[in-house]
Amino acid sequence: MNDLSIATAEINAYLKSQEEKDLLRFITCGSVDDGKSTFIGRLLWDSKLLFEDQLATLTAESKRVGTQNGEIDYALLLDGLQAEREQGITIDVAYRYFATDKRKFIVADTPGHEQYTRNMATGASTADLAVILIDARKGVLTQTMRHSYLVSLLGIKKVVLAVNKMDLVDYSEAVFEQIKADYADFARQLEFSEITSIPVSALKGDNMIGASDAMPWYRGPSVIAHLEAVNFRSDVSDKPFRLPVQWVNRPNLDFRGFSGTIASGSIRVGDDIVEPASGQTSKVARIVTFDGDLDEAVAGQAVTLTLEDEIDISRGDILCETKGRPATADQFEAKVVWMNSEPLLPGRNYLVKLGTSLTAGKISDLKYKVNVNTLEHVATKTLGLNEIGICNLALDRAVSFDPYSENRQTGSFILIDRFSNATVAAGTIDFALRRADNIHWQSVDIHKEARAAQKGQKASVLWFTGLSGSGKSTIANLVEKKLHTMNKHTYLLDGDNVRHGLNKDLGFTDADRVENIRRVGETAKLMVDAGLITLVSFISPFRSERQMARGLLEDGEFLEVFVDTPLEICEARDIKGLYKKARAGEIKNFTGISSDYERPENAEIVIDGARQTPEESADAIIETLLNRGVI
Amino acid sequence: MSTTRLTHLRQLEAESIHIFREVVSEFEKPVMLYSIGKDSAVLLHLARKAFYPSPVPFPLLHVDTTWKFRDMIFFRDKIIKEYGLELLVHINPDGIKRRIGPFTHGSALHTDIMKTEALKQALDQYKFDAAFGGARRDEEASRAKERVFSFRTENHRWDPKNQRPELWNLYNGRVRKGESIRAFPLSNWTELDIWQYIYMEDIPIVPLYFAAERPVVERDGMLIMVDDERLPLKDGETPMMKSIRFRTLGCYPLTGAIESTASTLPEIIQEMLIARTSERQGRLIDKDQAGSMEKKKQEGYF
Repeated sequence: MNDLSIATAEINAYLKSQEEKDLLRFITCGSVDDGKSTFIGRLLWDSKLLFEDQLATLTAESKRVGTQNGEIDYALLLDGLQAEREQGITIDVAYRYFATDKRKFIVADTPGHEQYTRNMATGASTADLAVILIDARKGVLTQTMRHSYLVSLLGIKKVVLAVNKMDLVDYSEAVFEQIKADYADFARQLEFSEITSIPVSALKGDNMIGASDAMPWYRGPSVIAHLEAVNFRSDVSDKPFRLPVQWVNRPNLDFRGFSGTIASGSIRVGDDIVEPASGQTSKVARIVTFDGDLDEAVAGQAVTLTLEDEIDISRGDILCETKGRPATADQFEAKVVWMNSEPLLPGRNYLVKLGTSLTAGKISDLKYKVNVNTLEHVATKTLGLNEIGICNLALDRAVSFDPYSENRQTGSFILIDRFSNATVAAGTIDFALRRADNIHWQSVDIHKEARAAQKGQKASVLWFTGLSGSGKSTIANLVEKKLHTMNKHTYLLDGDNVRHGLNKDLGFTDADRVENIRRVGETAKLMVDAGLITLVSFISPFRSERQMARGLLEDGEFLEVFVDTPLEICEARDIKGLYKKARAGEIKNFTGISSDYERPENAEIVIDGARQTPEESADAIIETLLNRGVI
Repeated sequence: MSTTRLTHLRQLEAESIHIFREVVSEFEKPVMLYSIGKDSAVLLHLARKAFYPSPVPFPLLHVDTTWKFRDMIFFRDKIIKEYGLELLVHINPDGIKRRIGPFTHGSALHTDIMKTEALKQALDQYKFDAAFGGARRDEEASRAKERVFSFRTENHRWDPKNQRPELWNLYNGRVRKGESIRAFPLSNWTELDIWQYIYMEDIPIVPLYFAAERPVVERDGMLIMVDDERLPLKDGETPMMKSIRFRTLGCYPLTGAIESTASTLPEIIQEMLIARTSERQGRLIDKDQAGSMEKKKQEGYF
């Protein structure tokens, strides 16, 4: 063998050993000054992951903006974005990669600043372990408790308590032991299975890789030694089989496969499977991959299954084993971490992404929020950015899921705002609510179409929206008169009138406005069911609530009429004197002045309130109704 | 009870496939940006795996600056033909008209017009609502914070302070008309993972990654290959034949070679483990100042 082939043999052996490594994901969390970025910078430094040019940049940057008097500032390695570098705090989740001889690691560096809880939840959602940093001089702080609670909430069971900056407390064993005891005391309320406490100095390198000469009293593992040895392989492979279907694979008429990543358990050719929402069953015919068919596949693998029977399965369904089935329900209780500056509004319609399914749904009952500093339950009507609430969700249709404590993949979901498309919340499911199963629709023999046909019309809703004083009620009133003379059967629901009765318990906060519209929407739906042409005249300032009302009705039944009158004109009219009071601050949350009006984007009918007279407007609406075959 | 255990490469592979399938399920018109480099090679390999036995359900887009190595174009056309893929090539017509080039206009302007602007043009022209890219978080500090589904405004801008939270493997694929996402299936791969995977899966890559005798000139401490007659030679400059290879591939006048004799994958990997010089060092574009990549990204560069 010559030198080259020896080298090749060596590198081949090395590559083989690399291929055998597994992958541990962990997050680091701590308060602003616990030295978290330095801690990770040190892990990268010590695992020799830094390249020469990165080192050159780091040295130069340390001199320019570093906080270590020109010495290497490890924290600069982590603070990627320029903006935050100048502010001196980490503002987002950064992922870092390093490897030792035993394992590969992905580290999520998550900020400790109070307003960024959502980033911590993000980093924790995919982590198997959490490193919680504590400044030895300060001990267990409020932030420590908050981070630990979040880590526990996101289902992480193993924690490393890194008591940092030991060099600043003279490497005192007593200080370390006190912090360790304080933390253990607090963590009793949380569901951790293992807490490993390690005294370190990230800056000086003590107990980061090897043992520390400065702390001979500590006999446990260093941080790296522990991360290399910790048994994190969660038991997802031993749990019931779940495969959320991502994509129906149909290259030709002879092949119909269901592609997805196995969330838990394992599957073999010939196994029985069920789609629990519909109850359809079959057997696995093939496990197809690019590299050839498999006999067996396990959690984490991305595969394509074909089945022995033609059953109706599409994206959003979940293939399961027949013995251990998930819950299937349209209501469940969940913990929700709110992640958007727009607050949660119970009753508002959101999109719920759970596994591969996307369903409309709403928070039907917000039970309480959790004070993350004290873990106390606090009554609330809404959730703001970074608040955590326990609530019930009601979806438009039943979906299949597991409790998060049993399955992190099939028990988690995100909420998406229907209009901004922002991811507004993350949720973990506690359990299904069976109530939905027990209230069935009472079916009746005379139906909506029959009632409407008797009246010679198509039942529908004309939803007038616009600013106060835009002319909504005047126009709606005229339209109703015209319909009445045409012998049509109508009813007019007016905002002010309804607030005197059905909705007199509601105020004008955002949450109450949502509930106001929900009740009116439901009432309009009953009237449509009675076969009536229902005119609704409500400011209804929020797009999502108008969408919610639209969603209650069938396609084509809901006609949005946007009375588009500029604010200046409405304010000049000020028929009820309300604008004057709002300007004077006597009325709070007044639409157009101190509360937003979100203009409709796709209204069926738009009235130019500045140019069209009420009479012209009403005629235009009647014409649309004729054209649409409503009358 | 199962005995199958996923190694880290198989885990990364499965996660990338998951991302491909999510994008194809949730978007109307995806495209894969194909730069012909090693990361693109891995990306393409994963795309073929994700949809098998169906063909890759989206076209590939190559933004051609007209200054790519000739070997890259040759390799591109061979692969497209061999795998039966659909390839779209876009060249910025303005750039052609104005005869933009790295020597005449400098690397910054050339990259801006022929790459960043050209990419935006192509995305607008075909109205793609999702574009797969091969970026990895370990490449550069600002990329470490990039989402897997990275939202772009109608003007293709990235707002690092206003990114959608991304939890578990639940990606938010909702966009309005005109808006789009860049999807990065290789987010969690490192350079070493890429090489190991190419080796393990025997993925074809451009021969320029392997050492061979090639004509080069030395400029500003970088070895620039004389790929065609457009390279203007300075006074006293004569191309020398050296055994070189490339760690990264781009426009030939902007891509520095390294002297090497590594002509097999194990040798490349070995050299890489010893070399300790990070990947983008060979690219002139990042040298301006720290944070330059972030600025380019906000403007729409990948």
